[in-house]
Amino acid sequence: MPEPVLEVAGLRKEFGELVAVDDVTFTVPAAGSLAIVGESGSGKTTVARMIVGLEHPTRGTITACGNDRSKPTRAARDRRRRGREVQIVFQDPYTSLDPRQTAEQTLSEMIRLHHGWAADRRRARVTELTELVGLDSRQARALPRSLSGGQRQRVAIARALAAEPQVLILDESVAALDVSIQAQVLNLLAEIRDQTGVSYILISHDLAVVRQLTDQAIVMHRGQVVERGATAQVLDDPQHPYTQRLRASVPRPGWKPARRPVAAAATDGEASP
Amino acid sequence: MTDTLLEVDHLTVRLRVEGRPRSVLRDVGLRIGPGEAVGLVGESGSGKSMTARAIGRLLPERAAVEGTIRFQGADVAGLTGSDLRRYRSQVAMIFQDPRAHINPVRRIGDFMTEALRTNLGVRSAEAARRAVEMLAQVGIEDGERRLRQYPHQLSGGLLQRVMIAAALLTEPRLLLADEPTTALDVTTQAEVMAILDDLRRELHLGMLFITHDLELAAAICDRTAVMYAGQVVEVSASARLHDDPLHPYTAALTAARPDITRAASRLRAIPGRPLSAFEAPDGQCAFAPRCAHALDACRETAPEMTELDGGLSRCLRAGELRGKLATESESTESESTESEAADA
Repeated sequence: MPEPVLEVAGLRKEFGELVAVDDVTFTVPAAGSLAIVGESGSGKTTVARMIVGLEHPTRGTITACGNDRSKPTRAARDRRRRGREVQIVFQDPYTSLDPRQTAEQTLSEMIRLHHGWAADRRRARVTELTELVGLDSRQARALPRSLSGGQRQRVAIARALAAEPQVLILDESVAALDVSIQAQVLNLLAEIRDQTGVSYILISHDLAVVRQLTDQAIVMHRGQVVERGATAQVLDDPQHPYTQRLRASVPRPGWKPARRPVAAAATDGEASP
Repeated sequence: MTDTLLEVDHLTVRLRVEGRPRSVLRDVGLRIGPGEAVGLVGESGSGKSMTARAIGRLLPERAAVEGTIRFQGADVAGLTGSDLRRYRSQVAMIFQDPRAHINPVRRIGDFMTEALRTNLGVRSAEAARRAVEMLAQVGIEDGERRLRQYPHQLSGGLLQRVMIAAALLTEPRLLLADEPTTALDVTTQAEVMAILDDLRRELHLGMLFITHDLELAAAICDRTAVMYAGQVVEVSASARLHDDPLHPYTAALTAARPDITRAASRLRAIPGRPLSAFEAPDGQCAFAPRCAHALDACRETAPEMTELDGGLSRCLRAGELRGKLATESESTESESTESEAADA
């Protein structure tokens, strides 16, 4: 059994009255990949935010590389160490980059912060990273505003990798990309995993993307894990009624969308305050 | 063909981008019959939304428009005053983000009944009665209460149903639906699509359904048009779009998309990035630089739309590649099956 790089146990998050995440438990092995599948309000992004330390769990533990990270830490040293354990790439490549920094500057700063290193070595590593994610030298010296969405997402992935994390969380990271660019980025992510052995947590509502990139999957609904297993098994033979409904909602040739009973649908659709 | 609701021919639109006039649509042609659903598929910048805006007479005033758009035989460009108002009640639009197209400080009832009251002179009480009835048709039972609510009190899925109901209130003949389910969860998307599909058939409504999702278009629409860089490059019966594409771009798009039933060791990505219409060079095929089948001729001649087996393709080699593009996506499948076997 490979040692898990990330363990989440009994995780719970309350926002006032609302229980956003309720007793979530999972592990991610080294070089493994786990999908967290769910729709808006399922709590999947809150789980990710707790793992990277953007939210604090109400209860439960998060352990990465053997270190507990459930409690906030003030020490810059510990925060940097946590950054080398887990990094995250967000959905929107238009708002997640500093508009005043070129890709090279962004990467160089990240390397200096996490590894120190002299200027030469930093430069060499920046070149390595930009090549790994497929940015040419012009793009590497460009500001985010002159890059396309796909190119920006490559910068965001390179920035996350600059810390040399053990776990990379991809929070809907390919959802906003055009199909032809999405395929390039998915291939890039497969390439990076083969080369570096990094583990992925893919947060996604897109079941085809989940199938392509992950070995294991958990399905979240209203804060709880309702199903878990090998990705292929969860998608081919879903057991929980919610997973079944999710699977049946994916358009395919000959697909006939189903109308749910009117009253149930209407109450269900009410916005939470 | 006398039985055509909408005819778009040789539509070219130029807008000023950074001070220079640039084409955002180039020679677009489309036909929609009464009660027919036509999909319009493409990546960002391909001109899908611009096509819908041109049809809806929603282009900026300074746009230079060539070509014709005819609705029930009448030239849309020439409509003014009451004719234009009548056209707008006949051609309804729904958009991707309902929140961006509804006034947040006015009640749902105000929004829904506005067109009826101001364009068609229906009295308030009667307009409200019809709104409640239409809400029931899109699966919202407590219509009276909803009419008194504000947009922020409704979820995205519920608000999109309200938009559909509002669009249908003026009894349009054509619905322009611009990515109406893209912002919704998949299970909500399925419900909204089911509602659209039911009502469209019931009301014998023509629909132009714009989406980036080839599979969704194929599942919902009778025919689908695929756009690239401001041009329509293929029009085909939706049923065969996936398995028997006529244009290399359609084939490449299908092959690039991950498959929910099997993982591939690598996807067949299309090299480069999609061109926006205004970047497309003249006098050559816009897709040629990314196309696996491009020859020198493709970089020297702009291909015309040609008929092929009951569909249309804008590819010099369309005839020659007939049947071979389908094999391409099949070979992807066998490749991925192998890789899956290797993984197991």
